[in-house]
Amino acid sequence: MKKLNFLLAGVGGQGTLLASDVLAEVGMRAGAEVKKSEVHGMSQRGGAVTSHVRWGDQVASPLCEAGTVDYFVAQEKLEALRWIEFLSPASTVLLSDQSLPPTSTVFGDDRYPDDEQVLSTLRQVASSVRRVPATQIAERLGNPRVANSVLLGALSAALDVTEEDWLAVLASRLPPNHFEINRQAFLAGRQGDWAI
Amino acid sequence: MEKLILSGNEALARGAWEAGVEVAAAYPGTPSTEILENLSRYPEVYAEWSANEKVALDLAIGAAYAGRRAFAAMKHVGLNVASESLFYASYTGVNAGLAIVTADDPGLHSSQNEQDNRHYARFAKVPMLEPSDSQEAKDMVAQALELSETFDTPVLIRTTTRTSHAKSIVQLADRSQVPKRPYLKNPQKYVMIPGFARKRHPLVEERMLRLKALAETYPGNRLHYADLGLGVITSGASYQYAREVFPDASLLKLGMPWPMPEGLIREFASKVERLIVLEELDPFFEDFVRSMGLPVEGKSIFPSVGEFSPELVRQSAYQAGLVDRPPYRSQVQVGPLPMRPPVLCAGCGHRDVFWILRKLKLIVNSDIGCYALGVMPPLGSTDTIGCMGASIGVAAGMRRGGLEGTNVAVIGDSTFFHAGLPALASAVYNGTPFTTIIVDNRTTGMTGHQGNPGSGLTLSGGRGHRVDIEALVRAIGVEQVVSVPSTRREELEAAIQQAVRSDRPNVVIAETPCVFVSASEREPYAVALEDCNGCTLCFRIGCPAIYKSEVMDEKHNRPKAWIDPQACVGCGLCYDVCARQAILPGALKVEARPVEAIA
Repeated sequence: MKKLNFLLAGVGGQGTLLASDVLAEVGMRAGAEVKKSEVHGMSQRGGAVTSHVRWGDQVASPLCEAGTVDYFVAQEKLEALRWIEFLSPASTVLLSDQSLPPTSTVFGDDRYPDDEQVLSTLRQVASSVRRVPATQIAERLGNPRVANSVLLGALSAALDVTEEDWLAVLASRLPPNHFEINRQAFLAGRQGDWAI
Repeated sequence: MEKLILSGNEALARGAWEAGVEVAAAYPGTPSTEILENLSRYPEVYAEWSANEKVALDLAIGAAYAGRRAFAAMKHVGLNVASESLFYASYTGVNAGLAIVTADDPGLHSSQNEQDNRHYARFAKVPMLEPSDSQEAKDMVAQALELSETFDTPVLIRTTTRTSHAKSIVQLADRSQVPKRPYLKNPQKYVMIPGFARKRHPLVEERMLRLKALAETYPGNRLHYADLGLGVITSGASYQYAREVFPDASLLKLGMPWPMPEGLIREFASKVERLIVLEELDPFFEDFVRSMGLPVEGKSIFPSVGEFSPELVRQSAYQAGLVDRPPYRSQVQVGPLPMRPPVLCAGCGHRDVFWILRKLKLIVNSDIGCYALGVMPPLGSTDTIGCMGASIGVAAGMRRGGLEGTNVAVIGDSTFFHAGLPALASAVYNGTPFTTIIVDNRTTGMTGHQGNPGSGLTLSGGRGHRVDIEALVRAIGVEQVVSVPSTRREELEAAIQQAVRSDRPNVVIAETPCVFVSASEREPYAVALEDCNGCTLCFRIGCPAIYKSEVMDEKHNRPKAWIDPQACVGCGLCYDVCARQAILPGALKVEARPVEAIA
């Protein structure tokens, strides 16, 4: 299997770790050696969270090296900028539509970046940047928390793993009563059909 | 058997279960917490949260004396607390096997210092194993217990945040049946009075010599010869980075950092042209190799501060001429981005306490826990934090040291039971006049809501006895004790004001039930936009549920406030600080859970 490096970035509470667990498990199911590593601060909620996932025939480091990420899934727009050292022209970025301004932009003078700044910066570094209206789709499906499944669906479209494998892992990781809405979210992302 | 993707911590728990461990204890601490949480899920294992790491280790030592395989886990600084027990257990030895996990935190992801606990193995004269991935983490528990029984010694297993939290594929196995060993009374072995301990010390030294010989053939110490131009001695997470950055180099991977295999090292050094050591934190291997008279490089190339990463190792190696290219660096600059420092949760009662402390301009000797975030802006009302339980002793010392101004100690419930209690007893005994504020959130919050003696909830999910903090504090002789819910802010402020005027040691218990284990009585609050003029008072409580809205106050040209109804838990601090009554309280909940119901 081709060596693949994934980076997922979000904010505590967004489900970054669950999404990366799914991605690691899908890799194992597809026959890869997988390693995964989470980096997060000490806050229970609201801190920056990243998760590195690596697939390959042999994987040594559980952390991706800067400049070697193949697929970057940014669950939040400010976090999309925070980790650009991991990107190169070979990277594909999937950018969610979620903004979660940190408290320093509320009580202090910090400014939250606007969409144009986020997009143009990412496009200077990575050749492929795709906006995924993940929360918009999730809200239309009835639960903003399934935005991650939309993003995983969008990611899955680029990878050589069957839909059945993805859905089997999702089913094993989610409570049964949450599976159906996540399946719909995943498929919406996978089909790239933003107009559902 | 099945293969699973496990974190190092999950694998250590699985390994302990497979190796027949029957008793395990810990105090929660990042990055070690999940080990006992996972181990507690196996019904064959008695697993507990102890009040602190020393209590946990003593319990594990006792279980091993009694004849059952035992296990303790703690973060690096937890072993400081438990170190006295480690040292006596090195002398007494064990009976059934005893494995102790020390989880170091290079990079200080969630710690007050970086310390390299490999030194403890050498210091206490016990062997140490160090896994580099989850499979090794699982396998090394069984190896540690076998070593422990063969050599009659506690055995340390050292992880770092990376090996504890990274996940990789693990091959599972069944639990082995380990018969209980009989306990035989033997005071010369188990009673460390000087006369007996003196006779144990030579046995410890002799044991280290036998372990040194074993290190030469221990299969976890692996030689891998490839390009002989460069030889790398390494262990743990660094081994994985070495494989990435030096794919062609020869490697000596040490699964047993202590005692070190002199023979293997000498053989390896004789075959490679340039010998380097890749290790995080201290030059532990490097100093040893150099003491053998071998030319070696390590900390002249790689930093002794912080956590390694593949790009950091590559950059350092590039500067030392060991690799051809530096890590990839994009030329695009993003400039400084708003940080996301950890913040107190929306509705956290600690915010009320620190809001009051700031208002009263008190000098605050605080402690380890979520409330350490009281130092961050905009609250910014903390003067000192050292280690678990230090708040009370340092507060007493500042008072005795003639501090100008009024200081208070602030300590959480779990931290109070961990190491605050002896300090308070000492202050009472010596009559040192200052106020201790126990912020009682009824859980061990920062590490993910574990039980403690004050919550009464045990690791196995049972309901143990709940130690009543107020009664306890009164029983050790604090005469002035007052308990106030942090939501009754005026009352709490008045209680603190009165307490700090006292000339006796006294205690204020601020009841701050964690929003994760309790529910407030009200629905989310909201901003009445027509009354808000964007004055920023509510911004300054640092609540992550309060944002600048897109509506501007035209007179002052500044954004009005907005409360995120998804994040607000209805605590009402913003309502209390708003000078214009522009914040509307949420409705009373129909089924508010009383605080008493949580413990």
